[in-house]
Amino acid sequence: MTVKVIALNTFKEAVRDRILYLLLFFAAVFILFSRVLALLTVGDRTKIIKDVGLASISLFGALMAILIGTGLVYKEIEKRTIYTLISKPIRRHEFLLGKFLGLVLTLFVMLLAMSLVFLALIFFYTWTIEWRMLAAIFFIFIELVLITAVAILFSCFSTPILSSLFALSFYLIGHFSWSLELLIKKIRPGAARACLQILATVLPDLENFNLKTEVVHGLAIPASLFFYSTVYGIVYSAFILGLAILIFRRRDFI
Amino acid sequence: MKTVLLIESVRKSFSVGFIPKKKEILKGISLSVAEGEIFGYLGPNGAGKTTTLKCILGLIFPDAGHIELFGRTHLDPESKERVGFLPENPYFYDYLTAREFLEFYGQLFGLDKNVRDGRIATLLKTVGLEKAAGLQLRKFSRGMLQRIGLAQALINEPSLVLLDEPLGGLDPLGRKEIRDIIIRLREKGKTVFLSSHILQDIEMICDRVAIIVGGKILSQGKLVDLISEKVLFTEVTVSGVEEKELAALGESLTTQAGRTLLKVFEEAKIQDILELVRKREGKIHSLIPRTQTLEDLFVDMVKPQ
Repeated sequence: MTVKVIALNTFKEAVRDRILYLLLFFAAVFILFSRVLALLTVGDRTKIIKDVGLASISLFGALMAILIGTGLVYKEIEKRTIYTLISKPIRRHEFLLGKFLGLVLTLFVMLLAMSLVFLALIFFYTWTIEWRMLAAIFFIFIELVLITAVAILFSCFSTPILSSLFALSFYLIGHFSWSLELLIKKIRPGAARACLQILATVLPDLENFNLKTEVVHGLAIPASLFFYSTVYGIVYSAFILGLAILIFRRRDFI
Repeated sequence: MKTVLLIESVRKSFSVGFIPKKKEILKGISLSVAEGEIFGYLGPNGAGKTTTLKCILGLIFPDAGHIELFGRTHLDPESKERVGFLPENPYFYDYLTAREFLEFYGQLFGLDKNVRDGRIATLLKTVGLEKAAGLQLRKFSRGMLQRIGLAQALINEPSLVLLDEPLGGLDPLGRKEIRDIIIRLREKGKTVFLSSHILQDIEMICDRVAIIVGGKILSQGKLVDLISEKVLFTEVTVSGVEEKELAALGESLTTQAGRTLLKVFEEAKIQDILELVRKREGKIHSLIPRTQTLEDLFVDMVKPQ
């Protein structure tokens, strides 16, 4: 119950924040810009619209999660609004979960808004509604949930600017960690390769959530991939949130 | 009398600086607050008042010691159900309106919609913010924030209200209003624990006080027991009499515009002064016997530290 109250209040806080609308505006601009890019393309123009559109949704969604998420907990401590909250009959993990779910709800609504613009653009170009796009957007959402958890984790002990940098690094590392696998294949077996293998296991692989190519090119998506990626996202998010709760539970609010 | 709040030898230190160095803020605090009283927690800035309150509320964890609220451990959400808290210089979600703000806190306590609506209306009236109900908190003045903060602390009709510097930053009228609310709380049988560095606040309304200086409680008890009723000295302001003649009768403090302020320690000498003034056809402007105040006690205690 308290989790729900805090989540709804966090949602209210986020939607009354101007930065959200700024990001939403630029996301719309980028999605619409894909139409201009399509004009410059030789070949299948719809593919460019879909590609650039999905990439914009993913990027701006991540920016929203990071820029709002990293401030959520820190601001409460900094502005001392947390004093009156923790002194109420609320357990600390309930507070953190409420914050997390509130931002997830916000991101869901924002994703919905961006998807509408995106689907409308494709509709006016091809006169068909591309439901397949929703599969890719669903996985963008799962990715955003994970990034939100990461942003909140950093927000528990660090300033928004540092947390944003950390969370952004997480996002970038997550999307390029697959190249480690390539490196491992090229390196001779030994200590260096073992280290790289450990690194590759520990680092997040956000490409698991990237179904853009399959969706855009109309390739088949195996059910196992659906299942595996969803579970991966949920388990990873739960792990990060658990870590955040551990840190937050024993924290002194000075 | 039932004990509502019990603190036993609580210690807390913080690490400060780039190379962490331990600084002890609370050096073994013990006190108890009984049901139905207004308890004043008095100390200079930086004595550890707010730190104590934060320990009670579970915002920070003491290094050692023991805290009980209503006979349970203070971290138990059930004991927190019956506590209200107003922090010092309160900051709240400034994107909420006053009504939404109280609504939010009411929901945190799981109050039903109609109970909530009733309480919010009463509280807004109590703190005099009925007209500002629809205003976002970012547009509130310092005094208004203090009031809405007090309303927030009372939303669950708590048995124990903890107030950190409740009268800080208010104008004289605002101070009086908040003081009246606090006294009304006692009339309703609630217990109030308030911290302050302003002596008059405590002197006027508190039943019992504890004085904390440098992380230690120096004195604790009923106000009447702590300060004596004995007349310490009398301050007399006279004019029309030569300062030299008065020197033998009392300690001359200042002379301004022909008026001399004397500090007289023996009561017999007051008669002599009156005699002298009559003889010289001078004038008595004031004659004030001074008993010990909380301030004197406070200054005495803080000085040796």
